[in-house]
Amino acid sequence: MSIKKIAFIVDKMPYKSETSRLALTHAIASQTVEIHLEDGENVEPVLAFIGAGVLNCLRNQKASETYGVTTLESHIKNALLTDIKVLICEEDVKKYGLTEDQIIMDAEDIGADMPSELVPFSTIMGEIESADHIMFF
Amino acid sequence: MGKLTIGCFSSLVGSMTLDFAVKLAEAARKKGHDVDMWLSGNGTMLSKKGQRSFKDYSSLEKTITGLVEGGANVTACEACAESRGYHKEDVISSFGRKSMDWYLASCFSADRVLHIGGE
Repeated sequence: MSIKKIAFIVDKMPYKSETSRLALTHAIASQTVEIHLEDGENVEPVLAFIGAGVLNCLRNQKASETYGVTTLESHIKNALLTDIKVLICEEDVKKYGLTEDQIIMDAEDIGADMPSELVPFSTIMGEIESADHIMFF
Repeated sequence: MGKLTIGCFSSLVGSMTLDFAVKLAEAARKKGHDVDMWLSGNGTMLSKKGQRSFKDYSSLEKTITGLVEGGANVTACEACAESRGYHKEDVISSFGRKSMDWYLASCFSADRVLHIGGE
């Protein structure tokens, strides 16, 4: 069994550019990566939001009504639905004056068991250090 | 020799980022390394054939085509390309078109990954 851990680190805000959306779609693509790999090989994604990237994690996004595009909220919930570890930097959440009830902490409404986690930046650094590859979005 | 996977998310015109990525890929190939290039987001612009060369803008079609002929693997994100109107018939024939999981699989077997974000 060979697993490679890829850390997807997002520090760009949502909607201003495509960047954070591409982070999410690439992370979720890990669910089908096995079709390109040998038996026993897989990729373990970890998705972490830091800096302005924590703004992707705001609840009640209205992009589908305003722009007619899927929300980053729906992508984050899909990531949780597919059991991707989602980490949100708690120092940066505080820095933006946000509270936990304003942040996507779970996706129970679509049947996900995996919650997201508000964690210190040091925890995210630990994930980065243990990753085989880092993708900085 | 090793394998280098380069993910490019930046546009061909409007920044010099793809120029850098292609030069890096050329240097790696010259040293005998395997190179996979993944074009996603605005980076899929590089996969469009029929690029006209102006001195004021980056023009990489000839360079990148030569790179593929020399053994590099260049693959564009199909969804990103389609959303920009770059259909299969519009893409340089030697380029691949795959879904995003291809990039992750390439990273799996890479010795180094250079992920070059977009604007």
